[in-house]
Amino acid sequence: MSNELTIGFLPLVDACLPILASEHGFAEEEGLSLRLVKDMSWATVLDRLLYGHSDAAHMVAPLAIATTLGRGRPAQPLSVPFVLGLNGNAITLRSDLADRVNPAGGLGDPVQVGGLLAKVAAERLGQGNPLRFGVVHRYSSHNYKLRYWLAACGIRPDRDIEIMTVAPPFVADALASGEVDGICVGEPYNSVAVERGVGTIVLATAQIWRRGVEKVLAVREPVLEARRPEFEALIRALRAAGRHFVDPANWEINAEILSRPKYVGGDPKIILRSLSDRLVLKQGGAPVHYSDFMFQHREAANFPWVSQAEWLYSQMVRWDGLAYGKDDAVSAARVFRPDVYRSALKGTGDALPGASSKVEGSLAGPTAVTTQQGDITLSENSFFDGRSFDPDDLQGYLASLP
Amino acid sequence: MRIAIVDESAARASIIEEGLATLDDCEIFILTERKALLARIEEIGPDVVLIDLGNPSRDVLEEYFAVSRVLDRPIAMFVDESDDDAIAASIDAGVSAYVVDGLASNRIRSLLDLAVRRFNAFSRLQADLAEAKGKLAEREAIDKAKRILMNSRGLSEPDAYAELRRTAMNQGRRIADIAEAVITAEELLGGIG
Repeated sequence: MSNELTIGFLPLVDACLPILASEHGFAEEEGLSLRLVKDMSWATVLDRLLYGHSDAAHMVAPLAIATTLGRGRPAQPLSVPFVLGLNGNAITLRSDLADRVNPAGGLGDPVQVGGLLAKVAAERLGQGNPLRFGVVHRYSSHNYKLRYWLAACGIRPDRDIEIMTVAPPFVADALASGEVDGICVGEPYNSVAVERGVGTIVLATAQIWRRGVEKVLAVREPVLEARRPEFEALIRALRAAGRHFVDPANWEINAEILSRPKYVGGDPKIILRSLSDRLVLKQGGAPVHYSDFMFQHREAANFPWVSQAEWLYSQMVRWDGLAYGKDDAVSAARVFRPDVYRSALKGTGDALPGASSKVEGSLAGPTAVTTQQGDITLSENSFFDGRSFDPDDLQGYLASLP
Repeated sequence: MRIAIVDESAARASIIEEGLATLDDCEIFILTERKALLARIEEIGPDVVLIDLGNPSRDVLEEYFAVSRVLDRPIAMFVDESDDDAIAASIDAGVSAYVVDGLASNRIRSLLDLAVRRFNAFSRLQADLAEAKGKLAEREAIDKAKRILMNSRGLSEPDAYAELRRTAMNQGRRIADIAEAVITAEELLGGIG
């Protein structure tokens, strides 16, 4: 078998697994040849996927659901058989604002930083010049996690604060020019802003939701069905790439690979920061270790939990001003395909959860869970405000949110 | 009809503009700067926005169309499903179009066809340019290889060229490839003779 799969991606560190699967020969071991196509906007990554230029795409998770539900364009069913990773984003503020809301420095406490930020937001609103934050896409986890945090701290997005879209390569410019006061973006772009001295990292999104879903591998549903064996081979190759990615012995070589212009580009030393969970938060500062800043492999991180898709749908309802729809909720949940993930890894010795859905944010500490094969101990997965999301009561959850 | 062309390549934008100028009563605006893009769009109030697929501002623009009701006429990507072929052709060419609701679809269709043709024409121009550059580089490589053979084996220029051509024919390869091999060997072995 020598089958070619074309995968679209944006130059972000969390496009790492397909890139490494190709570079280290894990795809080849599975009889696949990967062609990686780099683009500069999610709109173009999505267009290429929908019009057959690519077979699969590195994609912000909510966009896969929005496309399936027909938000912004005619509906086209997408499937997610593999989650490319959890978290890995950060919130970076203009340095003067960072000093005000996080005076102690370091990674802040989300409740304290939010509380101080609420004061600044009210002040700025009173002056007729509301705070402005940038996110990379309307349908991104960045947008939903940022909004979740702000709302829980008493700052109502779109009323107390403006949130706009900024393309990742330009976030440092936007901070420098004062176009935005803060951003929520993936790596390496927080670190680039820090290096340029235009921003200070105050929070990691992993502090907002300790195990929040981030980028996914998106495939058109009919294509997934038609080429099922190849996509299952791809899932195995991506798991192997993840094993390689999290091994500290490989960090340097992987940072070097990702830094090549055809992939993420830039300085490998800066890319190494997120790979090793050691971020420099402020220009000239010492690296700060924050465990699981990016979470690409352990604890079945790539398993597409249906409850994660349902959480994303709940936030879409919350922020798009939509009415909850039962059919929409079912369609959104079906985007995540644990059945395909299981089928790909059955008999490989890799760990597979017994359930396909869980109460998100319910674990306060390490918990062994039932499995189909192997052992899995899930760590704390809480939301910073202590709420949990039970997918069986999506409407009750929505009603309980501020 | 007011048409905004958003393209960081000024050369490509003007080629598209030239093509669209043949359309009746069209006013064309070219935006090559990322800075203040949305403010410019708002000022222009276009009926159609054409933007190249490689433009990093596409997500920003889509977000603007989705949330701002400044124009009071929602702009949607031209994805009337019956026109899927037209969209596929535009994606192939590397251009995307956003169109105000309610524009006559036959007008949009001819405009999009034109834009696609101009995009393709620009790609061909670039390919021709790349090929011309490639040919120039090949000629330089062949000249260099000839000089190496002349110096190292005391051949005349015509003989050196004949030697390259003979080797190429024997091996079923291009003369330029043989020339490259000669240059590489020279670099590795460090000027024998």
